[in-house]
Amino acid sequence: MNLPVHLKTPTRAPVYALVGNPNCGKSTLFNGLTGLKQKVGNYPGVTVERKIGTAYSQHGQPMTLIDLPGTYSLAARSPDEAVTRDVLLGSRDDTQMPDRIVCIIDASNLERNLYLVNQIFDLGRPVILVVNMMDLATAAGLQIRIDRLEKDLGIPVIAAQASKGVGLIELKLTMSRVDLPLPKHRWDVPAAISASVAELQASLQNNDGKPPLIARAEALLLLTDQNPVRVAGSQPLSDRTSVILDQWEKRWNADGTDWSGSLVAARYDAIGILTANTVLQQETHGMRQSRLDRIDGIVTHEVWGWTVLGAIMSALFLSIFTLAELPMGLIESSVSALADWVKSQMAAGELRDLITDGAIAGVGGVVIFLPQILILFFFIGLLESTGYMARAAFIMDRLMNRVGLNGKSFIPLLSSYACAIPGIMATRTIEDPKDRLVTILVAPFMSCSARLPVYLLMIAALVPSGEVPIFTKVGLMLLMYGLGTCGAFGFAWLFKRTLLRGEPPPMIMELPPYRMPRIKDVFMQMIERGSLFLKRAGTIVLAISIVLWALTAYPNAGESATPAEQVAQSFAGQAGHAIEPIIKPLGFNWEIGIGLISSFAAREVFVSATSVVFNVEEDEENTAPLLQALRSATWPDGRPLFTPLVCLTLMVFYVFAMQCISTVAVVRRETNSWRWPLFQIGYQTGFAWLLCLVIYQSGTALGF
Amino acid sequence: MSDTVPLSKLSVGSSAVLREYPKSGTAFLRLREMGMLPGTRLTLVRTAPMGDPIEIKVRGYNLTLRKSEADHVIVEPESAA
Repeated sequence: MNLPVHLKTPTRAPVYALVGNPNCGKSTLFNGLTGLKQKVGNYPGVTVERKIGTAYSQHGQPMTLIDLPGTYSLAARSPDEAVTRDVLLGSRDDTQMPDRIVCIIDASNLERNLYLVNQIFDLGRPVILVVNMMDLATAAGLQIRIDRLEKDLGIPVIAAQASKGVGLIELKLTMSRVDLPLPKHRWDVPAAISASVAELQASLQNNDGKPPLIARAEALLLLTDQNPVRVAGSQPLSDRTSVILDQWEKRWNADGTDWSGSLVAARYDAIGILTANTVLQQETHGMRQSRLDRIDGIVTHEVWGWTVLGAIMSALFLSIFTLAELPMGLIESSVSALADWVKSQMAAGELRDLITDGAIAGVGGVVIFLPQILILFFFIGLLESTGYMARAAFIMDRLMNRVGLNGKSFIPLLSSYACAIPGIMATRTIEDPKDRLVTILVAPFMSCSARLPVYLLMIAALVPSGEVPIFTKVGLMLLMYGLGTCGAFGFAWLFKRTLLRGEPPPMIMELPPYRMPRIKDVFMQMIERGSLFLKRAGTIVLAISIVLWALTAYPNAGESATPAEQVAQSFAGQAGHAIEPIIKPLGFNWEIGIGLISSFAAREVFVSATSVVFNVEEDEENTAPLLQALRSATWPDGRPLFTPLVCLTLMVFYVFAMQCISTVAVVRRETNSWRWPLFQIGYQTGFAWLLCLVIYQSGTALGF
Repeated sequence: MSDTVPLSKLSVGSSAVLREYPKSGTAFLRLREMGMLPGTRLTLVRTAPMGDPIEIKVRGYNLTLRKSEADHVIVEPESAA
């Protein structure tokens, strides 16, 4: 019983937490320690990524490693940080409290990194300190005395360069040790607030049931920030503790004590003493530093900054459309080959149709976008790991600020021009939950690549080629992209003023030094995010594809019916008829209605759906027969259906309406409820209808 | 003691010592935890192309914040000499 805590050996495999500031190389270290033995998911109830891996000790014993979201402080200000705090304080039921903690810090930036370490020492757990990026520190002229750090802190300190694997073996050896010492933790709680720490600690022990050291650590965090962020799974404070906290605050506010400031200052004072003994600033050659500063000067320059941003984005979109073409073709042909194979193996019948036309075709329609999605994930990962992402946010902040967002919403919105799915998944870097939600809500307005086939078909129907100059067509296309962009910013502005009212979020962001990205890490992240998307959207997409298929296949018109007749009398056809009164004011008839309904699978399905409806043999390469059919389509009274005005209205409808089940599925996952995706379907489609009504009715009145 | 100015008025490239800092406000809490304390030395590195936000160097790393926050942070510029 008298054994010191640190000598007690856990009987099971020890659980380690990996903690550090953002941009300190934590993910690289985690990948290096665990290899491919990782499980990625979500913490229940919050959209915070949960990464748990297994590393093996030198003796082959498994060790569990939890990669906690990066944070500057345990006084949490975002859902990610709240999870890090809760796991470390052992207050999440879904995650075991770590036995030991590996802190990773950036050697070139010791003071700020040590602030988090100082807070972690409060927890009274064995800590291993990894001083990463030793090369950068050396380049900056900093000499860090690891031995002295070890002596002053009383814990193992490992010099590392995670990107090159330096220090990994030493770390594994240390992690394998049965005994790990507790840190020598010298810092003085300011006298003015020490009484409050004791009182809060006592209350947290007695009323919230916390162990003594954890109670003290939590008391100190509450005094740093009295309103920390809590998420699903966080434990609320007991009433008694809240009352004590409020009383102290009132007293200090009255006598002018800056309690939070003095607490932070006291930690930095302790860090100052530590670094004075362990860090030597030498003459810098400054070569590397000045070169990087020059790059930064260009990248954020008022002329060149935009040029660089424009060039990178053009390269991104160019590669999405060119590189994705080949794999998309391959996926398309293998999906149809699979469907043909199933057809050849099974007897004709409804089950076969369900499998081939429903499940395979439906899922194939989503998987076909996977190459684009993966390329986008790759680029986003590359931009993040080089440090350029922060610069793009820096120069875009002013513009985003005008609609009440901050620079971090820029990349997610931009990605949505290719596909809203990676865009929405990339919003996880936005800390403020309201901002993140606003960005998710408006992202689908950006014209994604699935809308292109619809625009192309409608533009071709609208302006017969050969008769009008090419730039009329290009102009129309740009108009659609512009409309979507204005819609996104307009609604972001509106939401920030009404539904999700809030101060514009502050733009506090570190501009990390430029780094060569580790392609392996970027690839791993890309695969991880891609499979996450497939796992999350897969089931919903499969279910809805089958429903959509059933809508066109039933009731069965019989063997002799043509596909067009079948569709016309199916549920989808009936639905088309049923919604005709609603869409007639927009100039759309029931046949277009079928196209709109089918588009919920994915927007580009409109083209194939209208081919079926108008009884045209589907042919991707040659849309001339379809165009011919569209031009000769009429209302029952003989008026032409696809007038130029209708084509234009239809395009506008596709710009604004929410018609993509994969996006709905991803929004459902990212917001953790059906509320927001349903709202999104409602407001986007409602707005699309309203706008189209205005366009069609005023166009008709003007005689078009 | 020379005159103090808000951080947002500091000229690009010049260094200053932080003197006065707001006691409350979420943004200021976080900035303080990231090392902006009275007595801390910082340098204004640049402003974004449209004048806002600004980029400063503090405790060896680069940090960006908006002018609306920088207005409330009072610094004492180091003499150019």
